[in-house]
Amino acid sequence: MNANKQKEHKTDFLQGNIACAEGAIFAGCKFFAGYPITPASEISHYMSRRMFEVDGTFIQTEDEIAAIANIIGASWGGVKSMTASSGPGISLMLENIGLAVVTETPCVIVNVQRGSPSTGSPTIAFQGDMLQPKFGSHGEYQIIALAPSSPQEMFDFTIIAFNKAEKYRTPVFILADSSVGHMREKVEFPFQDEIVLEERKKLETYQGIHQKIFLDENVAPMPIFGKGLKANITGSTHKEDGSRNVSDPKIMDNAIKKLSNKILKHKDDIIIIEENYLNDAEVAIFSYGLEYRAVLETVNLARKKGLKVGCFRPVTIWPFPEEQIEALSKKVKVIMVCENNLGQIYPFVKAAAQGNAKVIFLPPQILGTLYNQEEILNKIKEVI
Amino acid sequence: MKNIVEHPLKKYFREEINYTTCSGCGNGIISQSILRAIDQLNISFDQFAFVSGIGCSGWIPSPYFNTDILHVTHGRSVAFATGLKLAAPQLKVIICAGDGDTSAIGGNHFIHAARRNIGLTVICINNQIYGMTGGQVAPTTPYFSKTITTPYGSIERPFDLSNLAIAAGATFVARWTTYQARPLTNSIKKAIMHKGFSFVEIISQCPVQYGKVVGMSNDPVGMLMHYKECSVNIKKAKNMSEDELKGKIIVGELMEKENVPELTDEIKRLRMEAKRK
Repeated sequence: MNANKQKEHKTDFLQGNIACAEGAIFAGCKFFAGYPITPASEISHYMSRRMFEVDGTFIQTEDEIAAIANIIGASWGGVKSMTASSGPGISLMLENIGLAVVTETPCVIVNVQRGSPSTGSPTIAFQGDMLQPKFGSHGEYQIIALAPSSPQEMFDFTIIAFNKAEKYRTPVFILADSSVGHMREKVEFPFQDEIVLEERKKLETYQGIHQKIFLDENVAPMPIFGKGLKANITGSTHKEDGSRNVSDPKIMDNAIKKLSNKILKHKDDIIIIEENYLNDAEVAIFSYGLEYRAVLETVNLARKKGLKVGCFRPVTIWPFPEEQIEALSKKVKVIMVCENNLGQIYPFVKAAAQGNAKVIFLPPQILGTLYNQEEILNKIKEVI
Repeated sequence: MKNIVEHPLKKYFREEINYTTCSGCGNGIISQSILRAIDQLNISFDQFAFVSGIGCSGWIPSPYFNTDILHVTHGRSVAFATGLKLAAPQLKVIICAGDGDTSAIGGNHFIHAARRNIGLTVICINNQIYGMTGGQVAPTTPYFSKTITTPYGSIERPFDLSNLAIAAGATFVARWTTYQARPLTNSIKKAIMHKGFSFVEIISQCPVQYGKVVGMSNDPVGMLMHYKECSVNIKKAKNMSEDELKGKIIVGELMEKENVPELTDEIKRLRMEAKRK
């Protein structure tokens, strides 16, 4: 460790998408499946070369449905796996993302968001799919999603995503956007021993037909295929041993609640937030992803002008940092929500604030662009 | 009651599970053929993984077979199995799929797996109908059949799944009916040992749903006898005209190609090449 401190970190000038791919490799990803789509394709391009160099596998699948199915299958084969796409592709994956949640399959899904709905505007940065990870697949479930704002964070957050996926046996989303994916910036690589890599808890030996391999709020051990563990895995409602029961509401109740609690009970470990200038702030700006960078710049400027403004950033969008926002709402008068959409996360902020602070939404003047500083500053002056 | 002999295939089943298929269903014959093939090959059951989708076919391995089983979404079993096989190439991965699973919702995954020549074995239970959901027309239902969703008779031509597999590049293809359980077992053995993508189509009776369509409701024996009468071995069929083959089921091993590169072997080669560069 001491030797490393004297050494400088290796740096590179990288595109966000490439940084994401490198982050995955750093985290131990050995399997990548994807289907070409703008603005996420560079991740595939890069992985098609790098995966084989690290004894991994790259496959360009016949469609995105196959891509998510492939990475779930690979995960049961015992390797860390990832896919990357954009809105149209993620929409195709949704059914199987539900299967990944229910079968408690660790994997990472990168959504480099673009203009939408439908084919939309492939190269425009948009935060239009913020609710999709949480509500896109049918049914009641929890998910983990992180929103990076730079190539450095594409690298760092992808490692976090793999760690959370492994620790909690669940799919984890990276919610980037076209600009974060395509921008090039300096990325600093940590030394391998500076970052703890999580590995899934594995079932070691066959424990009999009623072995507990699912539905533990503290995460059940995963029976990797091919080890004689007689894993019984189904997308149907099941009990702790994997056995299907689709007629008893109590079994369904247990399954849904345990699955959700597996994430919610560990919110403190999962949720990451970033706060700036909030100690004496009267106005807090809530923002995430690329937009957060514009907001932070503006808040720096506002502070120089003597305005008591701070900012709050959820790094993890899901699970939603309700308690943190509730606490914030008790400290400030106004929470101003800035997001590059027509207010997707805004209602969640409002609900979490419970009327303690006034919560307003500042819609971007033009969707798909960053806020300009005047726009935000004027609004701050108006509400302060 | 002293002389009860345990069924020779019982060791392959999970305990405490009751079989749930309709009486007369072809699934029982097919389950036995698969397990007899594995038994005769004398390969440990732990080296096998079964992947299945939604539909009656999915219930052949899941949850009954006492090895690793992955029961996934409708039509996607081949895609899940592809990921599993790529990550764990030492596994013998068998997919039990239905005709709707294989050629309707999952048609794309099926043809691409055949094209890639990945070492999977797809066992397709073709009962020519959607059984579990109540007897709707399938892409394999014969022309002008009256099903629950084709009350005036189906106006679409059926897929020939084995020919589809051959056209897509499958390197081992066999078709049998449930009447030919022994040659079926032999073909499953060959399919399991085949290096590359193998496809076994089994025309199987659904006396409950398809029985209604052909006026053989709840008459599995009648359906089996019909298969017996209609089946023509490929060796004989080669010398028959199109007219003579009308209404017949061509059975046998329809395709066997050796020495076509298998996908997981190709990946091992790529890894070596990537490191050399």
